[in-house]
Amino acid sequence: MITGFQYHTPRSLEEAFALLRDYGDDAHIIAGGTALVILMKQRLVQPTHLVSLSKIPGLDSIATGDERVHIGAMCTHRMVETSPILKEVVPLLSETYYHVATPRIRNMATVGGGLAHADPNLDPPPSFIALGARVVLRNPSGERTLLAEEFFLDYYETAIQPGEILTEVIVPRVPSNSGTCFIKFLPRTADDYATVSVAILLTLSDQDSSMCQDVRISLGSVGPMPIRARGAEAILRGRPITPELMRQASEAVEAEVEPLDDFRGSARYKTQMAQVFTRRALEQALRQAQDGLQERY
Amino acid sequence: MDQTIHLKINGKEHELNIPTHRLLVDCLRYDLGLTGTKEGCSVGVCGACTVLLNGKMVASCLTLAVSADGAEVTTIEGLAEGGRLHPLQQAFIDYGGFQCGICTPGQIMAAKALLDENPDPSEDEIKEWMMGNLCRCTGYYKILESIVKAVEAMKGSRP
Repeated sequence: MITGFQYHTPRSLEEAFALLRDYGDDAHIIAGGTALVILMKQRLVQPTHLVSLSKIPGLDSIATGDERVHIGAMCTHRMVETSPILKEVVPLLSETYYHVATPRIRNMATVGGGLAHADPNLDPPPSFIALGARVVLRNPSGERTLLAEEFFLDYYETAIQPGEILTEVIVPRVPSNSGTCFIKFLPRTADDYATVSVAILLTLSDQDSSMCQDVRISLGSVGPMPIRARGAEAILRGRPITPELMRQASEAVEAEVEPLDDFRGSARYKTQMAQVFTRRALEQALRQAQDGLQERY
Repeated sequence: MDQTIHLKINGKEHELNIPTHRLLVDCLRYDLGLTGTKEGCSVGVCGACTVLLNGKMVASCLTLAVSADGAEVTTIEGLAEGGRLHPLQQAFIDYGGFQCGICTPGQIMAAKALLDENPDPSEDEIKEWMMGNLCRCTGYYKILESIVKAVEAMKGSRP
C-alpha cells in the first residue's frame, strides 16, 4: 500500500543536505516515522526518496547550559519524558511529553519530527511556545532560529524551507518565581488527541508575589496551528492576580481560538472548553509559582 | 526498490532482501513466518503489533523494516527459553489473560518491555504502561492480574 521509494541513511548533515538538494521535492525527511508512515500508508505523502536522520550522530542529545536547554531533534518523546536533567530544569516538558499518546509511540516519535509534522493537535507545541523555545533550522550555509510560535504557519505547515533540517530546540530555563502548567481535555480516551490543550508559564514579580510580572499562554487543538493567546496574556501582565482577573483572561481566549467542528466537539463547545481549561491552567500555574515562593522563604 | 538488511531476530541473524516500503510487521509475518506478531489497527494505536527493537517496544506496523537495519528484534516467539514459557506467558494462561488471543502477543511484549525497565511495577504503573494495548474481549482486569502474578513469580525465581 505504500508506494516505492529509495531509502537513504546519510551519516552527516552535509550528506543529508546533498540528498535534499539532489532530490528536491521528491525527497522527504523521516525521523521516528510515527506520523509520516501513516501519511504514506494513506498515500497523502508519496516521496520517492526518504532521507532518514537516524544515523546522523549528535542529533539526539540533551544538553543544559546556564540559561538554556538544548534538545536534539532526534530525541524521542520518551527521552524527554524521562531525562532527569529536563525533569529538574523544565519539568513542564517532561510532563507534557509524558502525556503524549502511549509509551510505545513515545519510544518512536521524535521531538523534531513532531514539530515538523505541525499537526495542531499535538501536545508539545503549546508547551514550547509557553516556554519561549526556539527552533533551530540548519541549511548548508548556516542556520537560523525561530521562536516556536513563528515556526507554525498553518495546518501541517511550518516555516521550514526546502533543503533545511530542523536540528534542535532551544528552551530557556524557567525563570524564578514561576509556575508552569500543561493540561489537556480528553473526553474520549487517554491516548486521544486533545479536544483542547493549554500550556502556561506564569512569572510573579520579585517585589510583590501577588503581581503577574509575565505570562505566556498557548493553546493546542483549537485552530490551524498552536495559538499564543496574547490578548489573554495582556489582561494579566503587570497586574495583581485575582480570581476575577484570571476569569477575565480566560474569557479573552474566545477571541483568539478558531477551532473546527469535529468528532472531538463542536467549534462552539471547544471555544467554551478553551476558556475553562485556560482558567484551570492559570490556577495551577499560579499555585505552583506561589508554592515555589513559599519553599524559598 | 529492494534493499538488503540485517536483523537479529530472537537471537538469530537474518539477511533479508526486501522492498524498502516493507513494514516490520509484514517482514516478520510474511518474509520470516513469525506470525505471532499481529496487525490490528495499522496506525500505532492498538498495540497488537508490539515488538522490542533494541530492547524498546515499538509499533511494528509503523516501523519500516529498512529503518531497523542492524537492530535486534524480539518477538513473542523469542520469549520462551528451552521449551519453557516466559513467566508472563505462563501467567496469561494461568490467570485467564486472554480470550480470543489476537491482542495477546502485543500485551505480553508490552508487559515484557515494562518489566525489563521496571521489574517491580505498581498496579498503577502497569495500568499506565499498558493503556496503549487494547483488548476487545477479556477486559483488562485479567490482563492486569496476569502481569501482577508474573511479577511475583519472577521475584520468587530471582536469587
